[in-house]
Amino acid sequence: MELYLTAFQQAISALWAYKGRTLLTMLGIVIGIGTIIVMVSIGQGANQAIQDQINKMGTNLLYAISGSSKKGGVRGGHGSQPSLRLKDIDAIRRLCPSIKEISYQINGAVQSVAENKNWGSPLQGSVPAYASITSWTLQEGEFINDRHLKTVANVAVLGSVVAENLFEPGSSVVGRKIRLKNVPFTVIGTLTSKGRTPDGRDADDVVIIPYTTAVRKIMGRALPGMVHFILVSAHSKELVPRAKWEMEIALRQSHRIPENGDDDFIVGTLDEFADAATESTAIMRLLLIAVASISLVVGGIGIMNIMLVTVTERTREIGVRMAIGAREKDILTQFLVESITMSVVGGILGTVIGIATSRVISEIAGWPTIISPESIVIATFFSGLIGIFFGFYPARKASRLDPIDALHHE
Amino acid sequence: MPSPIIQLEGIRRIFPMGDETVEALKGIDLTIHEKEFVAIMGTSGSGKSTLMHIMGLLDSLSEGRYNLDGEDVSAISRDKRAEIRNQKIGFIFQSFNLLSRSSALENVELPMLYRRPAISGRREKALKALEMVGLENRSDHEPRQLSGGQQQRVAIARALVNEPPIILADEPTGNLDSRTGDDILGLLTSLNEQGITIIIVTHDPDIGGKAKRRIVLRDGNIEQDETN
Ligand SMILES: Nc1ncnc2c1ncn2[C@@H]1O[C@H](COP(=O)(O)OP(=O)(O)OP(=O)(O)O)[C@@H](O)[C@H]1O
Ligand SMILES: [Mg+2]
Repeated sequence: MELYLTAFQQAISALWAYKGRTLLTMLGIVIGIGTIIVMVSIGQGANQAIQDQINKMGTNLLYAISGSSKKGGVRGGHGSQPSLRLKDIDAIRRLCPSIKEISYQINGAVQSVAENKNWGSPLQGSVPAYASITSWTLQEGEFINDRHLKTVANVAVLGSVVAENLFEPGSSVVGRKIRLKNVPFTVIGTLTSKGRTPDGRDADDVVIIPYTTAVRKIMGRALPGMVHFILVSAHSKELVPRAKWEMEIALRQSHRIPENGDDDFIVGTLDEFADAATESTAIMRLLLIAVASISLVVGGIGIMNIMLVTVTERTREIGVRMAIGAREKDILTQFLVESITMSVVGGILGTVIGIATSRVISEIAGWPTIISPESIVIATFFSGLIGIFFGFYPARKASRLDPIDALHHE
Repeated sequence: MPSPIIQLEGIRRIFPMGDETVEALKGIDLTIHEKEFVAIMGTSGSGKSTLMHIMGLLDSLSEGRYNLDGEDVSAISRDKRAEIRNQKIGFIFQSFNLLSRSSALENVELPMLYRRPAISGRREKALKALEMVGLENRSDHEPRQLSGGQQQRVAIARALVNEPPIILADEPTGNLDSRTGDDILGLLTSLNEQGITIIIVTHDPDIGGKAKRRIVLRDGNIEQDETN
C-alpha cells in the first residue's frame, strides 16, 4: 500500500517535472471524455424533454386506431380500411372498468376563412372529454360541451397557431365568425399553446368542432358513425396495461372478430411514442460516443507513446532502482501508476470541461442537459482503464530491462 | 577465523557478440571472508566489473557455483536476486547514480521502500545513515546542489541504510579529485572497521595499497591474490 502511495507521489513529481508535455499528452483523453460527458448530458436532457412532452399530452393515455395489429409485412394495406365506429365507443364504455374517460374524433383538413384572412389546418371533430383527457386548457373562452354535441352546433375551438393566423394577434377571438367549407361557425374558445407532439406535428395548428357537426356538416354523410381516433385515459398509470387489454377485448367483441382472427384495429399507449423517440436519440448518442471513443483511443496511444519516451529517458534510474532491490513488479507498478495518473487526471479535466460545456450549450442553444453522477463515475473509471491498458506495454518494457544494461544507459 | 561470505567456484561468464562469444571470466575461484577489505585490480577489459556484477547478483553466471552468505545463488530467479541485493549488498558506482529529482534523504530512503517485509522508521534510519557520512545538514538538497564528493557520500549512505553485510564499489573515486577520493576511501575503511565486508574495484595503485587484500585480474583470470 505504501509503495503505491510513494509510487503515486513519484508519479506526480515526475509528471510535474514535464508539465507541458504531460498536459499535451492528456489532451486526447480530455477531449474524448469531455465529448462523452457533453453527449450523454444532451441525450439525457433530450429524453427528459420527451418525457415531459408526453406528460404534457396527458397522463395514463391509450389510443385506438384502425388497422392491422400485425406490424409491417403483408397486411400493410389493411389499415386504410377504417374500422372504428361509434358503437365501439359504447362497447368500451360498457366493458372497460379500468378506463376513466373516453374521447373519440374524426379527422380531416380544412381551410378556415375569417374576415379577410384564411388558413389551412387539420380539422378535428371531437367531444368534450378530449380537453380533460389531454389536460388541454383554454387560453380564452370555453371548450365544446355536450349541448354543442347534441344540437350539432356550429361552434369551433381554435388552436393558438390557427387563431394567430386568422385574427390580429392580441385581439379577443371569442364570438368572432369563421367559415369552414362555406359553413359559418362561431369561435367559442382558443387553446393554450402546447408545442410539438411526440411525433413532431405542431399540436397548436388545429381547428376543433363538435364530432356531430363534423360528421354531418363538414365531412359529408358518406361516413356514418365513423371514428378515426379513440383516446382514453386509465384510472391510474398501473392500470394502463390492463386498460389496453380490456380495450382490445371490447373492440374484438364489438367487431365480432372470431377467436383466431386478426385484430382490425391497433391499441397503443403514449409510452410507446416515448420509447420510439428515446430510441432514436439513443442511436444518435451511440454514434457520437463511438466518435468520442476514437478520440480516447488516440489519447491512449499518446499516453503510451510518452510513457515509452519516459522509460527510455529514465532507463538509468530504472537500473539504479533495480540495483538497490526493486523487483519487476515494483518497476511495473511505478510506471503504471504514472500512466494511470495521467489518464485519470485527463479524465477529470475532461469531465469538468464537459460539464462546463454542456452548461454553456444549455444557455446558448436552450437545449436541456442533464449531468448524471453515473456518467462522471463511468468517465473516470474509463479513463483509468485507458491508463492501465495503454500504460501496460511501456511499464512492462521498463520492468523487463536488464539491470546492467539499464545502469550503463547513457 | 571469520566465515566465508562469498564463495566462487569455476565462475565463467560468456557474452555472445554477434556470431562470436567473449569470455569475460574464464573460471574464477575465489573466497572472500566476512569483514575483509578487498581491492580488485587489473587492466581495462580484464573482467573486474563483470566479476563485481556477478558477485552483486546484477548479472548471472554462465558456468560455476556461487555461494553467498551460506546460500547457493548460482541459479535463482530475478525477483529473488532483487531481494538479496536489497538486503545483503550495497552498491557504490563511479558516477554516483543518485535520482536527480529526489532529495538526498529521499535517495537514501529508496532501498528501504523496496524492502520486504516493509520496515518502519524509514525517515529516522535514512537520517542516521546521512549522519554517518557527515551530510545530515544536506538532507533536503538535490544531487545537483551537491559536490561530487557529497553525492558519493549520499550514495554510500544509500548503500548502508539497509545494513547489508557487503558493500561493492566499482571505481568509487574515479570521478573525484585525489583528496576527495581519499576522504571517500577513509569512509569506506571506517565502515570496514565496523564489520562490513568491502570489495572495491580500482585502477588506483594507492587505493590498492591501502586494501588488506589485492586481487589482480588479467584476461578473465586471477593473476595475483595477495594479502598484506
Ligand atoms: N554485455 C557485454 N557484452 C559483450 N561483452 C562484454 C559485455 N560486458 C563486458 N564485456 C566484455 O568483457 C570483458 C570484461 O569487461 P569488464 O567491463 O568486466 O572490464 P573491466 O575490467 O571492468 O574494464 P574497465 O577497467 O575498463 O572498467 C571486456 O572485453 C568487455 O568487452
Ligand atoms: Mg569496469
